Amino acid sequence: MRPGDVVRVALRALLRNKLRSLLTALGIIIGVAAVIAMVAIGEGARARVEQAFSAMGTNVLIVSSGAKTSGGAKSGAGSLPTLTWDDLRAIRADVAGVRFAAPRVHATAQVVAEDRNWSTNVTGTTPEFFEIRNWPARLGAVLSHEDVDAGTKNVVLGQTVAANLFGASVDPVGQTVRIANVPFQVVGVAVGKGQSSGGNDYDDVAYVPVTTFLAKIQGSLQKFIPGTILIEVTSDDVTTAVGDRVAALLRDRHGIGVGGEDDFSIKNLTETASRKQESSEALTLLLASIAAVSLLVGGIGIMNIMLVSVSERTREIGVRMAVGAKPRHVRLQFLAEALALALAGGIIGVLVGVVTAQRLAARFDWPMLIRPEIVAIAVGFSAAVGIGFGLYPAHKASRLDPIQALRYE
Amino acid sequence: MDSTTPLIEIAEVTKTYRMGEVEVEALRGVSVDVASGEFVAIMGPSGSGKSTLLNILGCFDRPTRGSYHLAGEDVSGLDANALAETRNRTLGFVFQSFNLLSRTTALENVELPLVYAGVHPRLRRERAIAALERVGLGDRFHHHPSQLSGGQQQRVAIARALVNQPRLVLADEPTGNLDSRASDEMMALLAALAGDGITIVLVTHEADVAARARRVIVVRDGLIQEDRRNDGWQPAPSSQEHAAGAS
Repeated sequence: MRPGDVVRVALRALLRNKLRSLLTALGIIIGVAAVIAMVAIGEGARARVEQAFSAMGTNVLIVSSGAKTSGGAKSGAGSLPTLTWDDLRAIRADVAGVRFAAPRVHATAQVVAEDRNWSTNVTGTTPEFFEIRNWPARLGAVLSHEDVDAGTKNVVLGQTVAANLFGASVDPVGQTVRIANVPFQVVGVAVGKGQSSGGNDYDDVAYVPVTTFLAKIQGSLQKFIPGTILIEVTSDDVTTAVGDRVAALLRDRHGIGVGGEDDFSIKNLTETASRKQESSEALTLLLASIAAVSLLVGGIGIMNIMLVSVSERTREIGVRMAVGAKPRHVRLQFLAEALALALAGGIIGVLVGVVTAQRLAARFDWPMLIRPEIVAIAVGFSAAVGIGFGLYPAHKASRLDPIQALRYE
Repeated sequence: MDSTTPLIEIAEVTKTYRMGEVEVEALRGVSVDVASGEFVAIMGPSGSGKSTLLNILGCFDRPTRGSYHLAGEDVSGLDANALAETRNRTLGFVFQSFNLLSRTTALENVELPLVYAGVHPRLRRERAIAALERVGLGDRFHHHPSQLSGGQQQRVAIARALVNQPRLVLADEPTGNLDSRASDEMMALLAALAGDGITIVLVTHEADVAARARRVIVVRDGLIQEDRRNDGWQPAPSSQEHAAGAS
């Protein structure tokens, strides 16, 4: 028997019962769609977490004023400053595992160049900040300790601000801008960081020495820090431990007793990221079980329909055997039908899965990643299900006695 | 096989079926030779063993004891695959209930044996067309069985039996589901094929059908009761000429 004939006979048999074939393939369709969506979601979530890490810097803790309520969410954090400059010094000096700690105070202000102006986030900080954020200068230099100590009127512009004030192709280093009517000299432009997954532009920012910020832009609160402290720990496996040590130090310094509520909060980016990853893993697991169950049920459905088909077509099998079909020809024919059903289900499932993944990616705002090898594996798996569950019916058909089969009503 | 070897050589064939606890002897020692080109009718009441004999002749079933040589080859010990191949290469079948594939055109029904012989589609089509034309259905290639009369369906079945150029055509009550006119046409067609030198063995319980054959074998109780030649029998096309000349 020629291979083309095997395919032709199988397809014709399936197309004779279109609705039945579609319903039979439904299990496989759902299973494969779930696999495709599952992997796309898992990959998308992971990519988003990695994106967050690379933008924020790894091993970072953010200490804010105000109480922590639950799960790292803050309520009105920073509205009433409780962190002090002494706290910052103590964190730098006394907590093991802290590599850098930097204050971050910020306000929205108008930055004015010669003929253009731009409203941006003006942040006061220290040189450690650029280390924590892995953020070198693209042009010029970032802030130095001398800038902070002397309270110089130097500013490092984010790429977006530089482009809006001077044009993307102009080197603004050495130019003068006015922030809150105070003239600052541009000493550097930071490299572009792009957008956060939430759509915030990391580059729409201007950095000035924290001392200058407090003196000229916002006004000092004396011993309090009107912002947050960023800490980089020495390695990511100590992030949580360092967070605990910082908390203990601050509770001690702020005189909070046992059972008292913290007047600060520590946000662990690793924790936030892994929580996100955990929820995406839970979703992945859910989809994986849907996929497994669907493929199993789909396979059983195929076997069931193939058994029905064998008994419906007993006479046809008898005729084919009478004119010379060997048992293996009959077996091949029914296997080809089961395989065609499962493969069609697999291909439709891939399409449904891609559409589902696109919808979910848009909904959760993460990138959609569909790898070709996953598609190949899913389709291959559905083919394996077809063959696996088609074997028994095909074997049964091939074992029919032609005389009995011809007499079958 | 030389010309003196019979096409069918059956020696002391018995067939025993187990029906639960009981053993039924359907054939109890049958020996018969059929030469190439013969037109044989097997008769007998139901339960006589004639269907069992036809199943063995048609390589659907193997004898319990005894030997069966078909075209010089011992086929009594072949396995399912080899039997299928023998059916495909050497035999053609015509059944009482036609046994055509429904929702399949006449042409494709006729092509079926060639599909399993692995014949190229183009050659397959040519030979199927030739076979349908031979049985007088040159204008019904693309009709489905449900669009054909009983007589036409049986002609398609005969075309299917002929398409692989078999040594032997076996017909099981080929006129059983046909009216008397279609039945006459069918026998005329079979007689004409016999006239072309094709060996035909048919099973029937109708005496007037058997009367068209060259040789009649009567089976009863699993044994051959009678094996006679129809005197004065002539191949169908020339028998009409003969009748015209005599009157």
